[in-house]
Amino acid sequence: MTTATATQETQTTYVDAISQALDEEMSRDERVFLMGEDIGAYGGAFKVTEGFLKKYGEWRVLDTPLSESGFVGAAIGAAMMGLRPVVEMQFADFISCAFDQITEVAAKNHYRWGAAVPLVIRAPFGGGVHGGPFHSECPEGWFFHSPGLKIVAPSTPYDAKGLLKAAIRNPNPVLYFEHKFLYRRIKAILPQEEYIVPLGKADVKRPGRDMSLITYGAMVHLALEAAEVLQQEGIELEVVDLRTLIPLDKETLYASVRKTSKAIILHEDNKTGGIGAEISALLTEECFDCLDGPILRIAPPDTPVPFSTPLEEFFLPKVSDIVAGARKLAAY
Amino acid sequence: MDQAVVAQDIKRSDLLEMYFYLRLTRSLEDRITALYRQGRIVGGVYTSHGMEAIAVGYASALQPNDVIAPFHRDMGAFLIRGFSPGEIIAQYLGKQAGPTKGKDGNVHMGDLKRGVIGFVSHLADNMPVAAGAALAFKIRGESRVAFAGTGDGGTSRGDFHEAMNFAAVRKLPVVFFCTNNQYAYSTPVRYQMAITDVVERAKGYGMPGEIVDGNDVAAVYLASGRAIAKARSGEGPTFLEFKTMRMHGHSAHDAATYVPSTLLDDWKTKDPILRAEQLLMQLGYGDESYFHEVGERAKKEVEAGTEFAERSPLPEGQETLVGVFATEDEVLP
Repeated sequence: MTTATATQETQTTYVDAISQALDEEMSRDERVFLMGEDIGAYGGAFKVTEGFLKKYGEWRVLDTPLSESGFVGAAIGAAMMGLRPVVEMQFADFISCAFDQITEVAAKNHYRWGAAVPLVIRAPFGGGVHGGPFHSECPEGWFFHSPGLKIVAPSTPYDAKGLLKAAIRNPNPVLYFEHKFLYRRIKAILPQEEYIVPLGKADVKRPGRDMSLITYGAMVHLALEAAEVLQQEGIELEVVDLRTLIPLDKETLYASVRKTSKAIILHEDNKTGGIGAEISALLTEECFDCLDGPILRIAPPDTPVPFSTPLEEFFLPKVSDIVAGARKLAAY
Repeated sequence: MDQAVVAQDIKRSDLLEMYFYLRLTRSLEDRITALYRQGRIVGGVYTSHGMEAIAVGYASALQPNDVIAPFHRDMGAFLIRGFSPGEIIAQYLGKQAGPTKGKDGNVHMGDLKRGVIGFVSHLADNMPVAAGAALAFKIRGESRVAFAGTGDGGTSRGDFHEAMNFAAVRKLPVVFFCTNNQYAYSTPVRYQMAITDVVERAKGYGMPGEIVDGNDVAAVYLASGRAIAKARSGEGPTFLEFKTMRMHGHSAHDAATYVPSTLLDDWKTKDPILRAEQLLMQLGYGDESYFHEVGERAKKEVEAGTEFAERSPLPEGQETLVGVFATEDEVLP
């Protein structure tokens, strides 16, 4: 009983891991400051920055007008002057308002005229929270196609903390997609000592010899559940968590698929033109000789994320979808 | 008030230097246009011909550690910040020696070390960026100012309004300007906005604004100086509307037949170089032979620059792959 309580006390949620990373980086480096809507007195729509205003003051925890393009542009300017802004999108969906600043200014400045833009944009993304079409989107695919950006999407508290710290220390614009379904649903015991999870390194969350399931974000947990079910049937699923979408850790992907000879790609973003399509093409180009079956994609249909519970449940990938896909692939 | 009386507040050496930069800008852009007509420059050529006083005036009013996000007709600002005619022509020719090493063309150049933020074609995009530079100055308690602008057309975009609002709310040390040259490509101001003076836009943001004769380098210099001083002393942003006229097409390929010729004839008499010469003569600072000598000096610099640019190599094709991402040592301290 005593042991159990002690363990609970030291567990950190995914959302608290993000807060810890911000707090540690702000304490470590006075160049780091935060911008966004309602992040000051209110502590952010998801309370990621609760207490930060009091600790760091209004010029390091800056409430902005409702103007995503404007404050992302301002963050780019501050970053070029040598500060380390971390911008909060209230919901990842609203990042579309700042699309131009991200893809045309932040992403191209260094390539065009050599200006480094050390900027992080945190964007709570994903469905499963009854958010409907404007509070559930997975917009990472839009930016995946835009050279000059780095893209991160952690699935665990450990990765969320370590990757955010790495993102803040990176001299480039980094889009950090944090899955809001995971915020308070998953916990883990984090190391006492400081650590960093480097960008560009995938993580095999569960080893397996029969087929590779490549995914990221909240879908990692779905994949791990499916792996348990499939194990009962004698199918060993290897779950590869990309963690960073750009730069993509191709070596880890290829190594996994060369071992298992079969691949399923799972994501929560729409299927058409998504990240799964790109990974599928890469695997065909690089691992064709060792493939024993078609590369499968499991992803939502090409619709907006619907609101009503049965619609959203239909939309989102399920454990049963993965199990069915794996059975199909196992037959090859 | 009489132009010469007002300009008495400007140091003689400063006025003479501005006159030189007016001539250098004109010479350089005339050469660039000629190179384009000869087919030696590919891509777009957007010049400040007839509007040179704006960039020369405001860039002369700034301190070296202030930051500029120029409009695309602000060649004078680049020259004053130390971009040489050779580097600039190399940029137009897509040469290795250009500030972007061939990665981008024409006025799409910048250099943080010289305090110039690279121009983005999406007009007004750099206005929030400049507000952010000013935010950095404010956060660090530095006595620096950002200066950024767009054209009359650019003021229709959301980024213009978001930048104006944010800068005003946070009283940032930034000066915004609009080069109102009456046409955005072929669209006249009356189809761009339902107001006559762009400066009206500032009121909605609680920001002071001023209309400035954009063809009078002394007026631009003084108005910019006042706005910069206010920004530097913590009084927040100012909006300046520089009234001028685009004396040619949107770019060198555009004959601008949509502009009434009477309008151009009228503005020809207000040419900024002519106006500066009248002023210098009134003040007794220069005469015809001096103007001729300055013109020759400018031409010589452009001549040397052209030779340098033409001699310098084109980038190798594989340079395409270099520079998508920055390294830590490139971040400004």
